[in-house]
Amino acid sequence: MDIVYFLVQQTMFFTIPLLVVALGGMFSERSGVINIALEGIMIAGGFCSVLFLNMMQDTMSGQMLLLFAVLIAMVSGAVFSMLHAYASINMKADQTISGTALNLLAPALAIFLARMIQPSNVQQINFTNTFRIEKVPVLGDIPVLGNLFFQNTYITTYLGVVILVIAAIVLYRTKFGLRMRACGEHPQAADVVGVSVYKMRYAGVMISGALAGLGGLIFVVTTSTNFNATVSGYGFLALAVLIFGQWKPYRIAGAALFFGLMKTIAATYSAVPFLAGLPISGYFYKMIPYIATLVVLVFSSKKSQAPRAEGIPYDKGAR
Amino acid sequence: MNKGKWRGFPKLNVSKAAGPLSSIGAIIVGLLVGLIILLFANSSKAFEGFGMILGGGLQSSKDLGNVLYYATPIIMTGMSVAFAFRTSLFNIGASGQFMMGAYGAVLVGVLGTGLGPFQWIVALLAAMVFGALWALLPGLLQAYRNVNIVISCIMTNYIGMYLVNWLVKGTVYNQMTNRSIAVAETANIPKMGLNEIFPGSSANGGIIIAIIIAIVIYILLNKTTFGYELRACGFNRYASRYAGINEKRAIVMSMLISGALAGIGGGLLYLAGSGKYIAVEDVLAVEGFTGISVALLGMSHPIGTLFAGLFIAYMTIGGSYMQLAGFVPEIIDIITAVIIYFAAFALILRSVLKRIRTRKGGD
Repeated sequence: MDIVYFLVQQTMFFTIPLLVVALGGMFSERSGVINIALEGIMIAGGFCSVLFLNMMQDTMSGQMLLLFAVLIAMVSGAVFSMLHAYASINMKADQTISGTALNLLAPALAIFLARMIQPSNVQQINFTNTFRIEKVPVLGDIPVLGNLFFQNTYITTYLGVVILVIAAIVLYRTKFGLRMRACGEHPQAADVVGVSVYKMRYAGVMISGALAGLGGLIFVVTTSTNFNATVSGYGFLALAVLIFGQWKPYRIAGAALFFGLMKTIAATYSAVPFLAGLPISGYFYKMIPYIATLVVLVFSSKKSQAPRAEGIPYDKGAR
Repeated sequence: MNKGKWRGFPKLNVSKAAGPLSSIGAIIVGLLVGLIILLFANSSKAFEGFGMILGGGLQSSKDLGNVLYYATPIIMTGMSVAFAFRTSLFNIGASGQFMMGAYGAVLVGVLGTGLGPFQWIVALLAAMVFGALWALLPGLLQAYRNVNIVISCIMTNYIGMYLVNWLVKGTVYNQMTNRSIAVAETANIPKMGLNEIFPGSSANGGIIIAIIIAIVIYILLNKTTFGYELRACGFNRYASRYAGINEKRAIVMSMLISGALAGIGGGLLYLAGSGKYIAVEDVLAVEGFTGISVALLGMSHPIGTLFAGLFIAYMTIGGSYMQLAGFVPEIIDIITAVIIYFAAFALILRSVLKRIRTRKGGD
């Protein structure tokens, strides 16, 4: 049983950052702006918030500090994503190009600034992890469920779940969400009935920036004790999860969970007696998440439902 | 509208953008931002550092030769990405194709010693085939199963990385250094006289091969029916289908060629005779992603990509000299990012130019 608990807890560490970032990407793309810059925005958010952790950890610690860092990550991610919004909305730039530029800019800027700001002149930013929750009070004592979901965890895991629910409600149950989806499907029609396409798209990109920035923090805090200007390609994986999840919140959650589970198997197979005993190379296990995703896509992609106006700059004059 | 794109990603407008003019404008803005960053970092040495960026690659014939050496693989990956762009496919998988190509080259380079003077040619062909086959998978999945090519390319990048590590360990592995065995002397690409023009550098015939390939690709895209069909599919898939072009075949062929180009890039780097080995690490090859920048900067044009690759290589050499003045080389990446960002504004620039032109015509 312990091994199952361990696997579920590990799966959460892989799943939550993917989920949060992919949900962010969903808002951007449903409003009509392709956001290939998720990787760069994650790095920007991770950089600012981990720098904050590094500077403040002598005066604060624990969940309070982490929650402040969450705010910093979201704000910095949103601000950084404005570069992409400005290029793709106001300047009608090709969205793949400006996204690529941001992906290149973020790690370079993170290394440059880390060396400038830190007295030690190194690019790694260290922090002490005081955020892991051994056991959630009361809930952690529930048999089975407590072991699965309320032990050896982070507050950000629950934050991720809350964000999923809020994202689904906002997208499908509010006026704002309806208007946003309209801008991604048929911006001309949205404009005719008085929705400001530019504003909605700015909102979409900004939300994606905030969530991607947060995802950067979650990824770093739960998997490492320093930030080295990289999020190991998680932004691109989140992009894959977003498309895999067909731009829909709960399907994205399913895709993230699937990928997280596969990734867990790949990372921990040697700790599972049954898998470690099989005569299969470790490299094969490492490939499993990516192969499995491809296989699932082969059987599920026939009817892909990308937002129709995605990637096309909105030109009022072309209405 | 919106008929001209494959699922998810739009047709890129870059090829018809405002031409070299906007690229040059973007480069000037990027360099200015770089200067500001240098001033901000260390104002006393800023101009010294800036001089290194501008002139570092010209300091000696050795540096100039190394510019050619660094440019070769990223020209190839850039051309790979650019070629797929012309069919409206975003080949973000050049990294995996590049590594597969590198493996193919090293495999023949180590084991094919019986090939004599033809060894390097066969090794390079192996690189081409390995790269092409690795791109075939996402191409087929997109064409026949409608699997979004961006995802399948991201996935095949990782699968390729692990597969190459696995294969290297099983075939051409040097346990002492945790990397591949050195290729045979006859597997190295001939210097073609470049070692005499640029003594002391790693320049070799690879750059000449890359230039020839760029010209071939230019002719293929712009002067043949096949190239026209590929571009037509990228421009408007529905109209092309109506015109009798087989769009599925176009996707597959475009990816095959794109992958072959990236694969050759891997071959050219690992057969350069500069002491490159495939390191068994879980890290994606960076050349594939630099290729995206190169393709965008070169406006998805084969010849443009050639110059863009040379430009980025030149800046990289300058950046390594800039470290002597105490600056981090990442400043070069920042400058490149700014250049690409402003190159994305080409559409606006073009419409401004057009407006000026029509106003003049009105008079």
